[in-house]
Amino acid sequence: MSVGFVMLCHTALHRAAQVARHWAERDCPVVIHVDQRVSKEAYSGLKSDLSDLPNVKFCGRHKCEWGTWSLVAASQTASEMMLAEFPNVRHVFLSSGSCLPLRPVEELKAYLAARPRTDFIESVTTEDVEWTVDGLHAERFQLRFPFSWKRHRRLFDGYVELQRKVGFKRTMPDDLVPHLGSQWWCLTRQTLSAILQDPSRKAYDRFFKLVWIPDESYYQTLVRKYSTHIESRSLTLSKFDFQGKPHVFYDDHLHLLRRSDCFVARKIWHKADRLYETFLTDQDRGTVMAEPAPGKIDRVFSKALERRTRGRAGMYMHSRFPNPDWENGKTSAPYSVFQGFNDLFENFEPWLARRLGTRVHGNLFDPVRVRFSGDADVYAGCLSSAAAIRDYDPEHFLTSLIWNTRGERQVFQFSPRDEQRIGAFLASDGNAQISVVTGAWAVPLFNSNQDFHTIRKTAALLQKQEIDFVNILRRVQTRAEVKIWSLAEFVEEPMENLQSILDAIGGPSSGARITEAPRMVDLSGFGQFLQNLKNQGMNPHVTGDFPVNQPGMQPRSGGSRPYLVR
Amino acid sequence: MKVVQRYKLRLERKRFLIRAWRKARDLLLVADRTDQIRPNDVLCFVTLRNERIRLPYFLRYYRDRGVSHFVFVDNDSTDGTREYLAGQGDCSVWTTPASYKRSRFGMDWLNALLREYGHGHWCVVVDPDEFLVYPFCDTRPIPALTDWLESSSIKSFGAMLLDMYPKGPITTQPYSEGQNPFDIACWFDSGNYMIKRNWDFGNLWIQGGPRARLFFPDNPERAPALNKIPLVKWDKNYAFASSTHMLLPRGLNLVFDEWGGEKASGVLMHAKFLDTFTTKAREELQRKQHYANSHEYKAYAAGLQEDPNLWCKWSERFINWRQLEILGLMSKGNWA
Repeated sequence: MSVGFVMLCHTALHRAAQVARHWAERDCPVVIHVDQRVSKEAYSGLKSDLSDLPNVKFCGRHKCEWGTWSLVAASQTASEMMLAEFPNVRHVFLSSGSCLPLRPVEELKAYLAARPRTDFIESVTTEDVEWTVDGLHAERFQLRFPFSWKRHRRLFDGYVELQRKVGFKRTMPDDLVPHLGSQWWCLTRQTLSAILQDPSRKAYDRFFKLVWIPDESYYQTLVRKYSTHIESRSLTLSKFDFQGKPHVFYDDHLHLLRRSDCFVARKIWHKADRLYETFLTDQDRGTVMAEPAPGKIDRVFSKALERRTRGRAGMYMHSRFPNPDWENGKTSAPYSVFQGFNDLFENFEPWLARRLGTRVHGNLFDPVRVRFSGDADVYAGCLSSAAAIRDYDPEHFLTSLIWNTRGERQVFQFSPRDEQRIGAFLASDGNAQISVVTGAWAVPLFNSNQDFHTIRKTAALLQKQEIDFVNILRRVQTRAEVKIWSLAEFVEEPMENLQSILDAIGGPSSGARITEAPRMVDLSGFGQFLQNLKNQGMNPHVTGDFPVNQPGMQPRSGGSRPYLVR
Repeated sequence: MKVVQRYKLRLERKRFLIRAWRKARDLLLVADRTDQIRPNDVLCFVTLRNERIRLPYFLRYYRDRGVSHFVFVDNDSTDGTREYLAGQGDCSVWTTPASYKRSRFGMDWLNALLREYGHGHWCVVVDPDEFLVYPFCDTRPIPALTDWLESSSIKSFGAMLLDMYPKGPITTQPYSEGQNPFDIACWFDSGNYMIKRNWDFGNLWIQGGPRARLFFPDNPERAPALNKIPLVKWDKNYAFASSTHMLLPRGLNLVFDEWGGEKASGVLMHAKFLDTFTTKAREELQRKQHYANSHEYKAYAAGLQEDPNLWCKWSERFINWRQLEILGLMSKGNWA
């Protein structure tokens, strides 16, 4: 007889009975504490269930409530009984009614026998604790907590606030150093009896009665006074989520639990039949002396925590709809926006697609329809090309597109002729790479065959739209990566400028120089065209300075050969 | 939120409850087995009309997932639905010939029955063509979910309605009784949903999917709502405000996280687009008993005349809940 179990039970008593029987039949005494709020019938049912086992005892009952002294009182009463009734017990293991042994009792016995003087209890100073959820670390010991957190939340909060304001502080008795840790421990008889028989126990108990969640600090603090050898970890695998409640294990955790090599796990869903069946049947696996390794389970749960608190960037759904600026990333991946390039270059999109090795969209925000790559009617994720659907919610249209095509960089064209509402979103998104050649919209007008009055009006409108967009891009709040050239600037060194954009995109052929050049639209006479606009009273200043007769822009051999950039 | 507004919502909730009480007088009892309901049972509430062929699979689906008792309101079925349900040991059935439309599309009847029998229980409120998929639904029953929700102090669980459809014209593969409808309608739209926030009721308003794509390309604002809250720890003072899209008190509608994280949520797989649909649409158009002057059904009738194909090359084929999770249509939240 080397280890005895103290069990604190309040629900699913039939499961507690199963586990108690498992331990007791394998020669481990069990002392059970049942919450006083459990009905008489249920209690006597449990008692009669286990009445055939001489080494199962029931101790005096306390009314238990989470976060209060009652849980410590229960463990004290049960532990005292354990120490008194079973003199052969060397280690006392505190467990709950929803704990389940994962390894054969023999392995636990051997493990403890090999470490006869070791106390397994997580015990960390308050400064080093990060896992408390409520934000109360040191204050747990410095303030008084007479009100129930569950039933009288307002009183609880109000009283804490009041004490903080007044500057009230309690001092620890006898210069104890406050420690915190998991409430599930396994202590040696020596240490446990020293704590329970301490001459100043009354004073300690009085102090801890007003500490917040004393079951995470009472033994954890006092053990420092007596123990000769503390292993600051719990033998019970017990994980807590961000609200401070324990994670629950289900049937599908079977393999994870088995591979964890932990001795006891908590908490098990009471209907997880397969877990109870598997772990309460003697497993024939020879003697394994492995150390507990809960790392894999840790990872599963910390991933779940991150899912809950940070979520997946750029994904919007019915259980994740962040307030503005709380998105942790408005879109899920980087993408590129080109404004003015397909006005300036012929067949720019196919060229860019070849160059980048990805699909390149046309003007996604074209007022007539969405110009998906290949002029598709439906695109990834079944996005419709109907303009009305897109304009109903353009931001989600874009975030959906980026989300649906994860793994493939999205590239699309934008223009002052397009629906402009998305502009502000693009500017505020750190994933957007926006390159603008201002005034390029004038090139199609220059080549169009409209009468000049219409051209003049259109030009005025487009220039206004573009200025609005550029102003948005130039705000301090802008998070997108923005590059803006005026048309005149850009055509001075078109290839160098394009190269710099492509370098920023990276991608499969990054680092390579542009070999195949896109064809620039013939700009001869463009300066005169701009001058004509000016003469009509419309100043297309966003194009930059184009001399009326540009020597560089003139066709070199007099013919109508288009300008080819090299 | 202003006090006046809060008070208005309170009044509205009371109005729903009074309406429910008034409309409950239309209900005629067919089979009452509610005495079998035990304290922690998960219950299922359904209004239906002429859905006999769907019922065997529907009942099996939810029984397998741990629903203990079903409460049905039959709206004057003529195909044996009522008789079939009355013969099931775990179903309580009421019937009514009254107007579906004037009971707010069945919600008044359900609010009344929920108030009577749902109080203190986790209740699944669905249509017979809606199948709840939630995280770990292949290994854990609904009571595992509700126990976890309860321990997390969560009272309602959101699920998006996901329209499922077959490949090819919907009449090509006829549905037979007892069959899993998703053997036929196993395709869905994975990423074309539009989300807005409804500040009055605090819920999200989601539209999109194949119905918006095909039937409402020019007026998407009329596309049907897809946000649903089908699983609620019921209290007798709660009321569904508009179908199962939103509830009062409005706090129950906050099934989404506002600070960047993800709450746990599911998907309601919608087996509407089977061969049964064309006849149903025709009938509903005649009865004029559906939402917003049945304009949804009018749009279907216009779009479905040539027996349409909802499938496109970007449609996704259903595999399991993990696939839906990866696609971002549902989330495990912090349930692990």
